[in-house]
Amino acid sequence: MSTRKVLLGTIVVIFLMALLPFAGVGGYVLGLMTSALYFGVFAMGWDLLFGFAGEVNFGPSFLIGVGAYTAGLLNHYAHWPIIACVPVGALAAVVAGLLLAVPALRLSGPYFGLVTLVAVLLLQNVIVIFAGFTGGEIGLDLPDVLAISSKVNYWYALGVAGIVALALFALSRSAVGLILQASGQDAIEAAALGFNVVRHKLAAFCISALVSGLAGAMLIFYLGTVSTDSVVDISIGVQVIIAAVLGGRRTILGGAVGAIFLIVAGELLRPVGQLSTFIVSAFALLVILFFPGGLLGRFIVREGA
Amino acid sequence: MQALQILIDGFAISSLYATGAIGFTLIFGVSGVLNLSHGSIMVTAAVVAWLVAGSLGAGPYGGALIGVGASVVLSLVTYGIVVRPIQNSRAIAREEKEIFVLTGTLLWGIMVQEVIAYIFTNNPKTVLPLIGGVVNILGVRTPGNEIAIAAIAWITMGLLWLLVNRTRGGKALMAAAINPRGLTLCGFELGSIHLLVWTIYGVLAGIAGVLLGSFLGVSSDNAGQLTASAFSIVVLGGLGSVTGSLVAAYVVGYLESLTAYLINPSIRTVPVLLLLVIVVYLRPQGLLGRR
Repeated sequence: MSTRKVLLGTIVVIFLMALLPFAGVGGYVLGLMTSALYFGVFAMGWDLLFGFAGEVNFGPSFLIGVGAYTAGLLNHYAHWPIIACVPVGALAAVVAGLLLAVPALRLSGPYFGLVTLVAVLLLQNVIVIFAGFTGGEIGLDLPDVLAISSKVNYWYALGVAGIVALALFALSRSAVGLILQASGQDAIEAAALGFNVVRHKLAAFCISALVSGLAGAMLIFYLGTVSTDSVVDISIGVQVIIAAVLGGRRTILGGAVGAIFLIVAGELLRPVGQLSTFIVSAFALLVILFFPGGLLGRFIVREGA
Repeated sequence: MQALQILIDGFAISSLYATGAIGFTLIFGVSGVLNLSHGSIMVTAAVVAWLVAGSLGAGPYGGALIGVGASVVLSLVTYGIVVRPIQNSRAIAREEKEIFVLTGTLLWGIMVQEVIAYIFTNNPKTVLPLIGGVVNILGVRTPGNEIAIAAIAWITMGLLWLLVNRTRGGKALMAAAINPRGLTLCGFELGSIHLLVWTIYGVLAGIAGVLLGSFLGVSSDNAGQLTASAFSIVVLGGLGSVTGSLVAAYVVGYLESLTAYLINPSIRTVPVLLLLVIVVYLRPQGLLGRR
């Protein structure tokens, strides 16, 4: 499909989703959707890095966690208002991402992945070691929350997810997106064509870090608390990756679809209790094996791409 | 006294790490697969051994054997229904197979882990020790089982060495790691070599799992951690290098024991992670890796 059609379609979907609270959808469902949308942002950021730049980031929760904890600590100790905490959190994620990525992008394939994975484990350990300051595994309560009303929280999340979706999708279809894709598929040839591969990948990493940190910081002000289990744990990263691959790699929007799908599926499967993780993983595995393009792959990937 | 204690404990845990990690690195070397269900396979071996040895009354040896058997079966199933379909798939571009194998085995590992947690709960299971009693080594009271663990791990690795260096199948295995196409041209069936390496892997992971279960106890929650530690050991030693993994397993095992004894058990993995970052930045091919 053409870029314009997809963008228009996305705007329509966002608009329809914004009307959900008026359609009699209850607070509980809105709450679920709110988390799903933030997860969708994480997944879209991850897809930009993996689907386009071809770099596997096993530690999306490193970027999310840095953004979330920076914002959370500023709010808890310095009593900064949310409006200041969130951008600073997002910037901190970019800085941390740069510190991680500048040396790591020299590495390729599994090594880059491993460094990002180790970064998560280190961050988690640091938070637990300095539990007196960071709240450790129990978490740190935040004096401020985004909003009390579930509707308003939902709209905040939808706004962030919508803007990120449109921006990243437009970026992925722009010249920069094509260069990224070329760098991901054949770095040597892309460099031979005169493109600065490292700089493009670094830019992708920064954008990915920016949106992850931003959504991470927003998420904790929705939850009202920041803890390793909610923003840093490896399982968060795994969920982000599953959402992105399930939705369809190289589609950007697929990340959001995958995240919503995961949360809805988890909810529908609540009656089977413990087995729900099993069923969701099995479903994701089947999608990977039989429809490697993911849920959106058919529709969004350009012909010949 | 404490130094000796660290030396002994570290040796036992390191030999155990080495056994598991060598299987992991062997698969990577031969077929380029990083198997992220590694931890789940180890946990399965331990839980089956615990079940058969305890509840079903087969005793420690019967339990250990069946536990290793279960690990072999599971590793072949992993290869058959997850790894091979992805490798053979036409819908997945060649340069993307790696990430699909990673995601696929990760999901598969989670599935196995969830099934174990569902049936047996995630309480830690302690496998019956193979040898009871306590031995006094220069004043350090050491459980006999710890000595048995180190001995079994080294016998396993010795047998593996013989298999790889002294038999036709083993030599073919190493050849596949160096140049699979050349091996095919010599008339070897790559498919059967992959089956062989996954079987060997199953035995190694199974032994490591059962031994770990009898040493520290194993819960389904440990699966991710076990995969991560095998991954770090293998990268530290150099992906695909068996000797490197062996050396790295001892570095990791001792570094962890030193941290746990001298600083604080709660941060036992931190120095290893830092070391890993440094090694990956300065020498991405690992301590003994070839590039």
